[in-house]
Amino acid sequence: MRRVWTAVALIAATALGGCATAAAPTKKPTGESAKARPLAKGLDAANNGDPYASTYRPLPSRPTALVGASVFTGTGGLIENGTVLMREGKVEAVGAGLAAPAGYELVDARGKYVTPGLIDTHSHLGVYPSPAVPAHSDGNELTDPNTAGVWAEHSVWPQDPGFNLARSGGVTTIMVLPGSGNLIGGRSVTLRNVPARTTQDMKYPGAPYGLKMACGENPKRVYGGRTRAPSTRMGNVAGYRTAWINAADYGRKWDDYRAKADRGEKADPPKRDLQLDTLVGVLKGEILVENHCYRADEMIQMIGVAQEFGYKITAFHHASEAYKVADILAKNDICTATWANWWGSKLEAWDGIEANAALVHAAGGCAIIKSDDPDVIQRLNQEAAEALAAGRAGGLTISEAEAMTWITANPAKALGLTDTGALEPGKRADVVLWDKNPFSIYARAERVYLDGAIAYDRKDPRYQPKSDFELGQGANR
Amino acid sequence: MRTLSVSLAALTLAAFASTGHAQNLAITNARILTAGPAGEIANGTILVVGGKITAVAGADKALSIASGIPVIDAKGATVTPGLVATNTLLGAVEVRSLGDDLTVDNPDIGASFDVQYALNPDSTLIPVARLAGITRAIVTPIPARGGGGGEHADDGGEAEQYTAGGGGDSKSHALFAGQAAVIHLADGPDILVKPKVGMVVPFGDGGAKVAGGARGAEIVALKAAFRDVRDYMRDKAAYDRAGVRDLALSKADLEALIPVIQGRMPIIASAHKVSDIRAVLKFAREEGVKLILSGAEEGWMAAREIAAAGVPVLTDPLSDRPESFELLASTLENAARLQAAGVMVAIEGSGGAHRVREMRYNAGNAVAYGMPYSAALAAVTINPARIFGVSDTIGSIEAGKDADLVIWTGDPLEPLSQATAVYIKGVSQPMTSRQTELRDRYKTLNGPYPAAYPK
Repeated sequence: MRRVWTAVALIAATALGGCATAAAPTKKPTGESAKARPLAKGLDAANNGDPYASTYRPLPSRPTALVGASVFTGTGGLIENGTVLMREGKVEAVGAGLAAPAGYELVDARGKYVTPGLIDTHSHLGVYPSPAVPAHSDGNELTDPNTAGVWAEHSVWPQDPGFNLARSGGVTTIMVLPGSGNLIGGRSVTLRNVPARTTQDMKYPGAPYGLKMACGENPKRVYGGRTRAPSTRMGNVAGYRTAWINAADYGRKWDDYRAKADRGEKADPPKRDLQLDTLVGVLKGEILVENHCYRADEMIQMIGVAQEFGYKITAFHHASEAYKVADILAKNDICTATWANWWGSKLEAWDGIEANAALVHAAGGCAIIKSDDPDVIQRLNQEAAEALAAGRAGGLTISEAEAMTWITANPAKALGLTDTGALEPGKRADVVLWDKNPFSIYARAERVYLDGAIAYDRKDPRYQPKSDFELGQGANR
Repeated sequence: MRTLSVSLAALTLAAFASTGHAQNLAITNARILTAGPAGEIANGTILVVGGKITAVAGADKALSIASGIPVIDAKGATVTPGLVATNTLLGAVEVRSLGDDLTVDNPDIGASFDVQYALNPDSTLIPVARLAGITRAIVTPIPARGGGGGEHADDGGEAEQYTAGGGGDSKSHALFAGQAAVIHLADGPDILVKPKVGMVVPFGDGGAKVAGGARGAEIVALKAAFRDVRDYMRDKAAYDRAGVRDLALSKADLEALIPVIQGRMPIIASAHKVSDIRAVLKFAREEGVKLILSGAEEGWMAAREIAAAGVPVLTDPLSDRPESFELLASTLENAARLQAAGVMVAIEGSGGAHRVREMRYNAGNAVAYGMPYSAALAAVTINPARIFGVSDTIGSIEAGKDADLVIWTGDPLEPLSQATAVYIKGVSQPMTSRQTELRDRYKTLNGPYPAAYPK
């Protein structure tokens, strides 16, 4: 639940070029408001607004009807001979045998498949872009085990050719995270996968921020290698706990200041701290915790930390051993964002199995297939098919329509998005038209719509954007 | 279609009594993708005696099966040859971050490094790969790499780089990374099939790195090394006499390169960029050495030249990003374009180790991007067998070859299909791995006793 903070006064600051977010409803400060000095936006933790606000604008669209397809709803349904109507950027209707209304562009989708736009909950596109040269290594601020104050969006290079490749694989929404070299790596950013000049032009309007945290081998290896904390798993946990203690203290100081200022009393504002701001955002429930964690026992330790300090873990990422504690993850309503095929890269990934997502799903949990990789993101549907097949080989009964939730509705949930990831009236018309069943290796996205607009068309070069980097290089591959 | 004459007299127990584990069996009612001259047999029978395929026939030809031979009714399921994975680390790596047995940084042991001496038949990775239908593999030394796009894309290496800033850069600084071997993936104490099947040499960024930083320097260094080998071959005794000018390579390395100079052992040249591919083709032509290209992501731009030179290519068809300046023109259509130009293509599994099981999906993706199905199947069976000189015994379902067979629930290139049986030299392989054991241990949670107790 978002807590609304009241503004002391409206600050006439120079606008940063973003659209202003809806102003918080202000209540009249009690007492002598004249005594309360307005703080500059950049110094006021509670009224910092949205300094790097989204400037995303949907591409031009027209009313469109996809008719006669097999439609995976994204929420576990499959509609044969289905029609999807899109209007003004939204899904208008989804149903079997609906005719296209007059004036709609009719797309004959007979024999084809339609799904929601795919959502990748774990990507480093833009922060580890192609080409992968040191100049582009912008995903891990490996200077302190706690860099909660860094924001992935400040590293994102919108010209990463990987965005276009991901879109041609049907991916319409991407969470870009900092890396996992630190205990607390920084804020993630959720992007609409459109070609853009600025990162703000890609930012998903209204999407909550995520906080990247990491368990296990990486932080202790990075910092242990420098003979500083953490160098062990127990050092990792002490690091998280210390961070939350500091965050709670900072939050309380701001609450006290705010209460005094609201009463019109004289009060010294605390010094704003970017790291602690972000952590306080988690404690207030505004920022979602996206926790990189491989081992089952460590995931349970992290749940312990979350309970100790009163925050929620939204999803465990990688989570190669989620299948060992699938019941506990389900009970705690924590999603598992994993792969089918990746295992063995290091010891904490040694017990990774193909059926991980399927076992999480079968235990009643929220299973997600994600990429963490600029190649896998182009084939999330295939990775989901591999995970589904592994579950079936293990004796589980899971339908294709259910498995589709792993790359649509469930990722939307893990990113705190309520307006995409499903083909339901009122949702954004983020839609993929596939030439074959997306669980087949031979399937390719024919067309990808974002907000009802054609963002990619396999057969029409006009809708095959190339990033600046690709222009005049690569022989028009 | 071959005509088959099965001599039942040959099917006496005495004929295979000495073959130890070798098996006899017949698989009937199978859709057989032979990857050989017979192509696809809609409904056929495969006869295996003493671990060898003795007959393959369609429904129009009745094969008489001697009594006592176990008959497996495939009930219409698809049977393929066992898949052959190139550029792998199988038997030479466990946990990736703990290193591998394929990277050498020793000034005296480059070309002479031979993977055959340190293969681990008990590797956890072998059953995992086998469950994906892989029955043979080429284990290959890891050459020096430039930035990105190595043929052993470090398993999870990219993720590691993303998640910890560490790169999977090869530690090799050798002009010659060493010699590859063919293995089989059968359960048992010895997996070596054929050693010394190729000599790995890095080109492009990787080659530049080992030669002091520039591509041109590497070609000069290679030519000098080859001159040294020729001198050494002419007068080996002189090598041991004082007063002979120093040769750049150790005696072991000189010896190891003799088969390369004689054209008996191919160079496995890792090269990605089209200009580097052309430089390698020219170098091989000038030196008269046999060549296999590895990587070749921009190979489509020189497809005709590669085909005209009769040079085969080992490649990962999923490489389509400008991951480095060597890969600007990489495309998912590379494999199909090379094949269409007449190049013999072998399709790799992802990273060659933990994710090598994805090889069949990689072949499927090549089909999605323009490669004919039969060519993609060949690219994971008979082509790698031909490229590494073992097609007389493996790579297709033909009489006289080893019975490496996989039975699938459907199209083997589809993720929703699974292998239900794997035979290597006619021996039925266990269809379990450490991963399936973990899966089964945790399939039901909260039993009365912890999962650690045997169920």
